[in-house]
Amino acid sequence: MTSPSDTTTPPARTAEADVPDRAPRSDEPESRTPKSRGTESKSRAPNSRTPAARYALRALSLLVALGLWQVLTAYDVAVWLRFGQFPTVTDVASAFGARLTGGGPYWQDLADSLTRIVTGFLLAAVLGVATGTALARSRVAADVLGPLVEVLRPVPAIALVPVAILLFPSNEQGIVFITCAAAFFPVTVATRHAVRALNPVWEEAVRTLGGGRSRLLFSVLLPGALPGVLGGLSTGVGVSWICVISAEMISGEYGVGYRTWQDYTVVDYPGVFVGMVTIGLLGWLTSTAVEVLGRRLTRWLPRTEGAARA
Amino acid sequence: MTSTPLSGTAGGLRLTLDGVSLGRPGAPVLTGLDLDVTPGEILTVVGPSGCGKSTLLRTLAGLLPPLDGSVTQDGTRLHGPGAERSLVFQEDALLPWRTVRGNVELPLAIAGTSRAERRAHAERWLDRVGLTGRGTAWPHRLSGGQRQRVQLARALAARPRALLMDEPFGALDARTRAQMQDLLVDVLTGTGATVLFVTHDVDEALFLGDRVALIGAGRLLDVSTVPHPRDRSARTRPETAALRRDILDSLST
Repeated sequence: MTSPSDTTTPPARTAEADVPDRAPRSDEPESRTPKSRGTESKSRAPNSRTPAARYALRALSLLVALGLWQVLTAYDVAVWLRFGQFPTVTDVASAFGARLTGGGPYWQDLADSLTRIVTGFLLAAVLGVATGTALARSRVAADVLGPLVEVLRPVPAIALVPVAILLFPSNEQGIVFITCAAAFFPVTVATRHAVRALNPVWEEAVRTLGGGRSRLLFSVLLPGALPGVLGGLSTGVGVSWICVISAEMISGEYGVGYRTWQDYTVVDYPGVFVGMVTIGLLGWLTSTAVEVLGRRLTRWLPRTEGAARA
Repeated sequence: MTSTPLSGTAGGLRLTLDGVSLGRPGAPVLTGLDLDVTPGEILTVVGPSGCGKSTLLRTLAGLLPPLDGSVTQDGTRLHGPGAERSLVFQEDALLPWRTVRGNVELPLAIAGTSRAERRAHAERWLDRVGLTGRGTAWPHRLSGGQRQRVQLARALAARPRALLMDEPFGALDARTRAQMQDLLVDVLTGTGATVLFVTHDVDEALFLGDRVALIGAGRLLDVSTVPHPRDRSARTRPETAALRRDILDSLST
């Protein structure tokens, strides 16, 4: 998102005063010139809206999509695509309402799926960061683990269902395993790249201050790699959802994916859509959580004002 | 470690290079180097870019083993980097994910100083380099000159016995550079630390150094004693001007 100042400030001032880290030529106390209100309001960029207006627009976007869905299904539109069998928004909404208020099963499914994904994803985050760091920093690890990781990486995690069934005594553990495997590879690869891309001067600085290996790991490698690792975590949480739902559909006992598939087999289409909406909302919730956490942990990154808020 | 005084009394290190070759294996940049840096002196090193000045400094820091010969501190061989020899880099070497104060606290944390003590100590160092109240800022909020001040504070916070400076003011404008030179002289007083200061600026070398080492053509060309170290007005005196001319002549050939 472009901030108002980007489009209205004269280029000369932007280059010199506002970006001290790009122009390290002055020892003057930092001068963050206040944004000149006058020019800003006069030539306001068309895409700079107040937060309230932006939230309204987002809500409107969802509402229009729902409205279109309602129209297409309520009138059983059949223009090549056939909406006749499709449940309407109101059908889905009333099914959703019934589930939400229907007590036990819905919330039990939700809790099961969330437990599985949180467990699997956290395991993957820890293992992935550890493996990625080892791959980037240790020749032995790169030789021993590198080929294994490269060979296993192309295998879709959901194709591990037979492996999970053979290996684990319970379905529950198998599903967590698949969820973990799905997120493990994006996290590992992102960590490996991020650790390799670190500026060597940081490491040299800490070494000449007397820092040892563990100091390097915790004060340089991990914090420095964090912005890159977060990219892997975001991707990871997304594929984790895909895999936890698929695994539940195939071999689950309870869980949102299991319920959705059950509804399909008994031709409860509104129920299927309730499942899909639930998955969408949960996925959105978890990826937002990763995003918010990431932003808190990387407050030190130089950001242009306005770019930080999405 | 007790850290009540800012400056230590441990005294400077003696750094000795004996028949040293430096550089990458198979591609030495400096050969047959004999140099004795006496405790507490400021030795400036000048030479054209690419002559191996930085390589010399990285070797003394312990980041790069010599290809040949011996490098010793107080008579014992160097084995890797150590907190007693801290390095100030030309580029921005602050850890961007640590606040300004967090960076200055880093060597104290490594040395095992208690949290309260290192915080107070870091604050005093920030006062000393003219950055009072900027402790909680992120490094990217600072100008280039301010960041070099933080680097200086960080390098000196754990009271090293030798300070190795690799063109630390090279990227600064002339006025800031002069301010930083004065600041350096000021903060060094009382530390007793040996200083090796690499620069390509002959005037800087003649202002700061007790002695000036001249490097060129893959070897140490000369080491001269500076007539009036750390005296701005000495620049126009005949003996300083003569030395300056000599050095510039050697560099241009």
